[in-house]
Amino acid sequence: MAKTLLEMRSITKEFPGVKALSNVNLVVEEGEIHAICGENGAGKSTLMKVLSGIHPYGSYEGQIIYDGKECRHQTIKDSEKLGIVIIHQELALVPYLSIAENMFLGNERARRGVIDWDETYARAAQYLQVVGLHENPNTLIKDIGVGKQQLVEIAKALAKDVRLLILDEPTSSLNEQDAQNLLDLLLRLRKEKNITSIIISHKLNEIAYVADKITIIRDGSTIETLDKNAGEISEPRIIKGMVGRDLTNRFPPRQPKVGEVSMEVKNWTVYHPLYTERKVVDDVSITLRKGEVVGVAGLIGAGRTELCKSVFGRAYGTKISGQLLIDGKEVYLSSVSEAIQAGLAYITEDRKGDGLVLSDSIKHNTTLARLDFVSERGVVDVDKEYQAADEYKKKLGVKAPSVEQVVGNLSGGNQQKVLIGKWMFAQPDIMMLDEPTRGIDVNAKYEIYCIINDLVAQGKSVLMVSSELPEILGMCDRTYVMCEGRIVGEFTREEATQEKIMDRIMQASKGEIGK
Amino acid sequence: MNKKLSVTQLLKQYMMLIVLVAIIVLGTILTGGILIKPMNVSNLINQNAYIVILAVGMLLCILTGGNIDLAVGSTVALIGACAGTFIITWGWNTYLSVILCLLIGILIGFWQGFWIAYVRIPAFIVTLSGQLVFRGLTLMILKGLTISPFPDSYMLLTTGFIGTADSRKTICLVVGILMAVVYVALQFYNRINRKKKGYELESIVSTVLRSVVIAAAVLWLFYTLSRYRGIPTVFITLAIVLLVYSFITSKTVMGRHLYAIGGNEKAAQLSGVNTNRMLFLAYVNMSFLAAVAGITFSARLNGASPQAGQSFELDAIGSCYIGGASAYGGVGTVGGALIGALIMGVLNNAMSILGISQDAQQVVKGLVLLAAVAFDVISKQKVQIPFLSRIGHKK
Repeated sequence: MAKTLLEMRSITKEFPGVKALSNVNLVVEEGEIHAICGENGAGKSTLMKVLSGIHPYGSYEGQIIYDGKECRHQTIKDSEKLGIVIIHQELALVPYLSIAENMFLGNERARRGVIDWDETYARAAQYLQVVGLHENPNTLIKDIGVGKQQLVEIAKALAKDVRLLILDEPTSSLNEQDAQNLLDLLLRLRKEKNITSIIISHKLNEIAYVADKITIIRDGSTIETLDKNAGEISEPRIIKGMVGRDLTNRFPPRQPKVGEVSMEVKNWTVYHPLYTERKVVDDVSITLRKGEVVGVAGLIGAGRTELCKSVFGRAYGTKISGQLLIDGKEVYLSSVSEAIQAGLAYITEDRKGDGLVLSDSIKHNTTLARLDFVSERGVVDVDKEYQAADEYKKKLGVKAPSVEQVVGNLSGGNQQKVLIGKWMFAQPDIMMLDEPTRGIDVNAKYEIYCIINDLVAQGKSVLMVSSELPEILGMCDRTYVMCEGRIVGEFTREEATQEKIMDRIMQASKGEIGK
Repeated sequence: MNKKLSVTQLLKQYMMLIVLVAIIVLGTILTGGILIKPMNVSNLINQNAYIVILAVGMLLCILTGGNIDLAVGSTVALIGACAGTFIITWGWNTYLSVILCLLIGILIGFWQGFWIAYVRIPAFIVTLSGQLVFRGLTLMILKGLTISPFPDSYMLLTTGFIGTADSRKTICLVVGILMAVVYVALQFYNRINRKKKGYELESIVSTVLRSVVIAAAVLWLFYTLSRYRGIPTVFITLAIVLLVYSFITSKTVMGRHLYAIGGNEKAAQLSGVNTNRMLFLAYVNMSFLAAVAGITFSARLNGASPQAGQSFELDAIGSCYIGGASAYGGVGTVGGALIGALIMGVLNNAMSILGISQDAQQVVKGLVLLAAVAFDVISKQKVQIPFLSRIGHKK
């Protein structure tokens, strides 16, 4: 042991407008399980994408030394040839193909392009044995559970003669039993096959259980590497490393002027639209006051987005139950347009996916949610529209030659401003902002915080979902903590600290695991 | 802002218009001027009117996300069969029959729109089924035979010319001059209005230039038509369809919603757009326009034929794509669809005059379609083609 398998030296990776990684160093020894920890957006996944060749050589700076040689991966195939296999958080299996077919997808057991099915199934059975999955290799992927699918992914990696296995949030969708099996499998693979693993996880108890070393990444830089043998690994120690940072001057000051209750959600329960047995939001009750910024903290998948979308005219979920009160009156919003009429706005976390029409202009995007403001009897007053869009473009400082500019050509920060402008144009009283500063640089973030402050100064209410705890602490008057669909804590601005919030999440997810 | 448009951008924007003009010029030279002879221009309008009408309907479907309607050819035939049966076989009143036919078109739209928008069966499949079903119904109604001829009242509605034999030329010239004057007046009225309200103005040169070019084109067209038999009746239908749908797509809330759905359906939903209803309406409208085209076409044939409208859907779809509509939806204009249809129509016509065989004509049309869309795709990709961007990194 103790031979260095992988060394990543001062890796720097920039996306347009954002520095995702800055001088990151990572050393992994052969046969160890190395965890990478950090908040959402710290750069963990980007680092792994650099390593596996998804971000090809040349698109980043720095060196990757693997097994004593420098690597210049152009594609994921190049890294797989060396035995580096990445398993993504979203499983990459084809539901209507069998376990065996999936296992050898892209790596087919074939002679001159003709697949040898006998060998495929024999080998598949063999690997299934290794990972301890007792299923017929003929079974379709869609017929087995997520936990088993995760094992198929690992078997697939084994079929590629993996030496370094990278797992991105492998247990995020598993129950406790499956998660435990998976972690034990990693330990077993290390012992029996000397397979090195890198595991990215938010679940600190799991990391403490399985990892030999932990590297902590924060804001795109490596902070420190903790070693189990030196007795450095404990949950409070990891949390401290993850959150400790300077907070001065990143948030504009605001004098809170909190008024009466504007929105109240009571006993709100939402089920998943496809897996209708799964509760996504579980008996949530929250209140929001005028002039108040309320944060919703939690990990990805905690049900925060789903809560907002389901409140916003039932744009998400099925079997929604609970009460929604706006200005003290109970309302039933059955569609998004009713929600908009009622003074609600939901600003999505995924501006490209479901926020903006990228092929259309700033002008058309700005007015889309409230075309009735600039039209009469269904006919748009094009001049009025231009003026309105221009007003919001100037107000928000969108950098573009004119409002005729196609939104798809703008930078992330400017797109975000267009998105916020669109919903400011809709004149809502209650704004639900979902990850309003994701993927934009520090300056644009500051500007967006200023906009949020302006909005509440006008007496509007803002509900802000954010995975960045410093942002929650810097901006919110009150913070709810959400975990696995439930509200597990509420802190005032004075009470809230990153450690308390993290700790609440960890306690809650542990409780859930034990259920 | 328009001042800063570079030459290449202008070229890109007006590429298909330039191509159309080039084809007309080339065609005129090759055919020794026959292409732009008054009779041929009049014929061109009569021959292509129904394709333009179908292309406009198809554009709305394509805008909603690259959805197409494969059933329009069969719908055209079915409506022709209905008109033939009502008017020729049963001797019903012409106007009543036409209205009934349009209603049947809307009903067909309800049928297809329901499956596509509310049951969410892919449009390709629903309309493929429609293609078979409506063609089959046509054959059943006509028992495989062609019915003809239509009475004069029906023919007048669609294939005649405006005015009496004596007054045709004058009417045509007057209308042409009026249209040119109104167009130019509108341009300047808008300009003055915008100036009053303090909006940005394009340079006076481009306003004048555009006014002159378009007015000249209109005057030439009407002058040419006046030297034959004046304004074809179908030209009126065509003009109404083009004006109404240009207005709907560019100036109404409904039009804006259509583009938004095609551009990003989820974003449209989260902006309060009733996406199902818009999709439904696009298909109802398509079938309605197919009915209009069906009436126009049956009058042109002067009969209801079971084989009418074969592969019209492909011409309509091709016109939209040539005219710059995106195959993924959200991008495209009525003007573009018109230009696309004209490119196909003029090509067809010129090649027929030149005596090029049908087989070769198909090859040319197919290649033009591919070239137009390839040009569009490549010009938009810039450096996003993976191997190109990688070469960029290596330097």
